[in-house]
Amino acid sequence: MTSATGGALEGFIDALLEDDSAELYDRAPCGYLSTDPDGLIVKANQTFLTMTGHQRGDLVGKRRFADLLSAGGRIYHETHYAPMLMMQGTARAIAFELVTRDGGRLPVLVNSVLDRDPAGAPIVVRVAVFDATDRREYERELLRAKQRAELSETHATQLAQTLQRMLMPPTPPVIPGLDVAGVYRPAGDGSEVGGDFFDVFEIKTGDWVVVVGDVRGKGVEAAAVASLARHTLRAAAIGLVQPSDALATLNKVLLRDETERFCTVVFMRLTWDGAWRAVVSSGGHALPLLSRDGALSVEIGQPGTVLGVVDDPLLYDDETPLQPGDNVLLYTDGIPEGRNGNEFYGEERLAGVVANHHESAGALAEAVVRDVLDFQQQQARDDIAIVAVRVPLPVSSEVG
Amino acid sequence: MEVMSRLNVQVTGRPDGPPMVFAHGFGCDQNMWRYVAPQFEDEFRVVLFDHVGAGGSDASTYDPDRYSALDDYADDVLALCEQLELRDVVFVGHSVSAMVGVLAAAKAPGLFAKLVLVGPSPRYTDDDGYVGGFSATDIAELLESLDSNYLGWSSAIAPVIMGNGDRPELAEELAASFCRADPDIARRFARVTFESDNRADLRRVATPTLVLQSTSDAIAPVAVGTYVRDTMPNATMVLLDATGHCPNLSAPEQTTAAIRAFVSEPASAAP
Repeated sequence: MTSATGGALEGFIDALLEDDSAELYDRAPCGYLSTDPDGLIVKANQTFLTMTGHQRGDLVGKRRFADLLSAGGRIYHETHYAPMLMMQGTARAIAFELVTRDGGRLPVLVNSVLDRDPAGAPIVVRVAVFDATDRREYERELLRAKQRAELSETHATQLAQTLQRMLMPPTPPVIPGLDVAGVYRPAGDGSEVGGDFFDVFEIKTGDWVVVVGDVRGKGVEAAAVASLARHTLRAAAIGLVQPSDALATLNKVLLRDETERFCTVVFMRLTWDGAWRAVVSSGGHALPLLSRDGALSVEIGQPGTVLGVVDDPLLYDDETPLQPGDNVLLYTDGIPEGRNGNEFYGEERLAGVVANHHESAGALAEAVVRDVLDFQQQQARDDIAIVAVRVPLPVSSEVG
Repeated sequence: MEVMSRLNVQVTGRPDGPPMVFAHGFGCDQNMWRYVAPQFEDEFRVVLFDHVGAGGSDASTYDPDRYSALDDYADDVLALCEQLELRDVVFVGHSVSAMVGVLAAAKAPGLFAKLVLVGPSPRYTDDDGYVGGFSATDIAELLESLDSNYLGWSSAIAPVIMGNGDRPELAEELAASFCRADPDIARRFARVTFESDNRADLRRVATPTLVLQSTSDAIAPVAVGTYVRDTMPNATMVLLDATGHCPNLSAPEQTTAAIRAFVSEPASAAP
C-alpha cells in the first residue's frame, strides 16, 4: 500500500464504520443465531433464514436450535455439543444437518460461544452456521476412503496371520522323550509376513526331523516360497537316507520354481536307539547351537551351500550324539542380525543366552526371543523363527 | 488394580464415608459430574470413573466382543466396586449409565443402597405402543452424525487425566479431548446404547431409586422417565425445572439438591 492509496483506505474504513450494524449482522457471510441458555432462538440473521428457508416469525421465541436438527443430530447435540458448550464455553466445527423449511437437509458446520454474566450464570449462546454442502461431500469421500483403507488393513492383517500359520506346524511341536519348543515372531507390528519358517515332524517311530529355514525377502511371495519349502521338506523326508538328500531335493524344486527366491535351511534329524543322536545338514543356514553342562554353546554340523542357486550345492551330514541335559537351538538370522543402532545382536550374545538357560526348551526359546527383542527395543526389523530341543535328565525313580 | 487405571477411577471425599459412585453417559466422560460430585465430598466417599473408550480410560483395553451389551459395562461397575471393596453403594448414573446401574443392581442386589437415575431410558426406540422417542432411522442418522464428526477426532489426542482444580471451565488441555472419543468405539457404544432394551430389567430391581427427569429432554422425554418410575418396584421421580439431557450441567444446583434430599432419607422398603 502506497501513500497515494492511503486516502482510499480511509474511505473504506469510514464506509464500514458508517454501515448500519444491523445490515452487517443480517448480511454476514454466515448464518447467525442467538439463543438463550436452553437453546431457545432469540435472534436469527437473514443469511440463516435464506440458508434454511425458515421464517423469522416461526423461529424467534418459538423453536430451539436443537429442534432444527435432524434426529441423529439432536442426539449428538445433547450428548456432545451441549456438554462441550456448557463445560468449555465453546464448541467448534461441529458437523450437523439442519432441517430446512421444505424438509430438506442442509449440512452445516457450527461454531458456538456461551456468554456468562459476571456471576458465571449463562446468558446467551451465539451460534455461527456455515453451509458445508460441498465440504461435507468431500469429507464423505475422505471418510469412505479412510474406511476402505481400514478395511483393507484388516484384510491384510488377516491374510498375514493366515500366511504365518503356513510357516509353522499347526500345533506346538511334541517329540516323545524330548522337550521341544518352537517360536515364530513376525517383524514389526506383526502385519507383515516374512520368509522364516520351522517344522517338527516324525518320519517313523523314534525318527524325527526339526527344520528351521529362511526364504530371502519379505511379504506374501517370500511366505509362499517358505510354505513350499516347508512342505517339500516334509515330502522329501519320507524314505530319507541322509538329511542332505532332503535339502538336495528342495534345491531342485526351488531351481525349477519360477521364483527367483533362494532359501537357507538347517535340517536336523533326531533318532533314538537307546540314546538320542542328531544328524545335521545345513543349506547355507546358521548351524544349530549345542550347549552342554552349562559350557558356552558350540555349533554342530558344517556349513553348506544356499539352496535354490546352483545345481550342485555342497551339503554335508554330521552326526552328534546327544546327552541328557543337552540343549540344541536352531534359529534364523533375525536373531544375530537384530540391530541396536549400528550394533548387531550377534552370535556371542546368543551363545551366552543358550548357555545360561537349562530349565526347559520353552524357557530357552522364550529367553532368546526376549533378549533379542530387548536389544532392539521391541522393534524387530526381521522375523524370527527358532526351535529349541532339550534332552531331559533321567527322571530318577518318579513315575508320571 | 487393573480396573483402577483401565477405568481411570478417581476417589475423593471422606475415606470413611458411605460410597457414592458417579457414572457418565454416552458422549463424554466423568467431567460431566464436575458441578455435582464435589458437593458430596464432605459426607461421602466419592468415586468417579470413565467407561472404557471414554475420557482418560485405557482405550487399548476396549474389545468390541467384550463390550457388546450394557451388561458388560455393568460388569465393569461391579469390578470397580469389588476392587474398592464398596458396600451399600449409592449409584448415580446419567443417561445410558442409569440403565448400567439398573443392570448392576440386578446382578448384585445387596451391593447397592440407592440408585439415582438421571435422564434414564430403558429403550430409546419406539416399539409396538411403547414410545421411546426415536425410530431406527433416527439412530442410523446419529451414527452418521458421529461419522461426520469423525474428522474432529485426532489420534494424536492423548488421554488426559482430570486435574483437581475447581475451575469452572475445563483446563485447556482437557478441552481438546472432552467429548471426543475414538470414533470406532463411540460408534459401537452408540449402537449398544441406542439398540438396548432394558424394560424387563426395571422390574427386577427393588433398590430404592430416584428418577431425575428434566421437564424438556430430547433424549429421554418425561413419559419415559415416568415409565421408569412406574415400572420399578421402589422408585420415585423428581421433575427438574431444566432443559436438555444434562441437568447435571445445566441445572447442577437442582440436581445436587434432589440427590441430597434422596440420600438423606432413611432407606425404606417398597411402599
